[in-house]
Amino acid sequence: MFLGALQMRVKVQAEDFDLGAEVAALRIGHPEVGAVAAFVGAVRDLNDGSTVQSLELEHYPGMTERALEAIVVRAAARWELAGVTVIHRYGTLLPTDQIVLVAVASAHRGNAFAACEFIMDYLKTEAPFWKKEGIESGSRWVDARESDAQARARWHDGKTEPAG
Amino acid sequence: MNIELRFFASVREALGMSMESASVPDWVVTLGDVRAWLCQRGGIWADALAETRPLRMACDQEMSDAATRITPGCEVAFFPPVTGG
Repeated sequence: MFLGALQMRVKVQAEDFDLGAEVAALRIGHPEVGAVAAFVGAVRDLNDGSTVQSLELEHYPGMTERALEAIVVRAAARWELAGVTVIHRYGTLLPTDQIVLVAVASAHRGNAFAACEFIMDYLKTEAPFWKKEGIESGSRWVDARESDAQARARWHDGKTEPAG
Repeated sequence: MNIELRFFASVREALGMSMESASVPDWVVTLGDVRAWLCQRGGIWADALAETRPLRMACDQEMSDAATRITPGCEVAFFPPVTGG
């Protein structure tokens, strides 16, 4: 466990975020950080064959933050990390808008890459968010994907755990 | 026992409500029992919370399952599989 040194920031917000500023915040005052891996998820203009006009993101206030923090703690118990920032937006978003940021800082790239992917895979299946797409014919709830459950499950097989 | 119910996303829409304070009978001791008890209301309740639906549930804001036991005043939530990220 390396939780003592972890700088964790979890935010669930309607506002947009600034990738550059968030990455800088993970590095400032942390000369031990040699790697930052960041993932940004965005609203696509096409899903399941329909043009997406808008995306409504609902969440479970209170539980969402707890679930995201628990995922970060789990990642930090598995890899040595210096800092993790998770920002997830809610409310009405439009195509090309940013939805989610996961940024992970560590001494070396292996831990940062792996933890970033791990956190996203768990977020997809454990954090209480729901998407509703606005399309030309009305609106529809987005169904959970089996591929997301599989992406999460692969972290249990031990094969993808990086050395060191 | 009194508990707090929360509904989200498609479940919330189907039921036309996001929360309810409920007093459950003595035989209701787990989240699965809460679901079965709500289904007994029939109509939209029986449909939205039907056993055949792959709903997920939380107790006091922790992901839980049908076997999780309820406690007085606990917050029980029903919702579809999550789709964030």
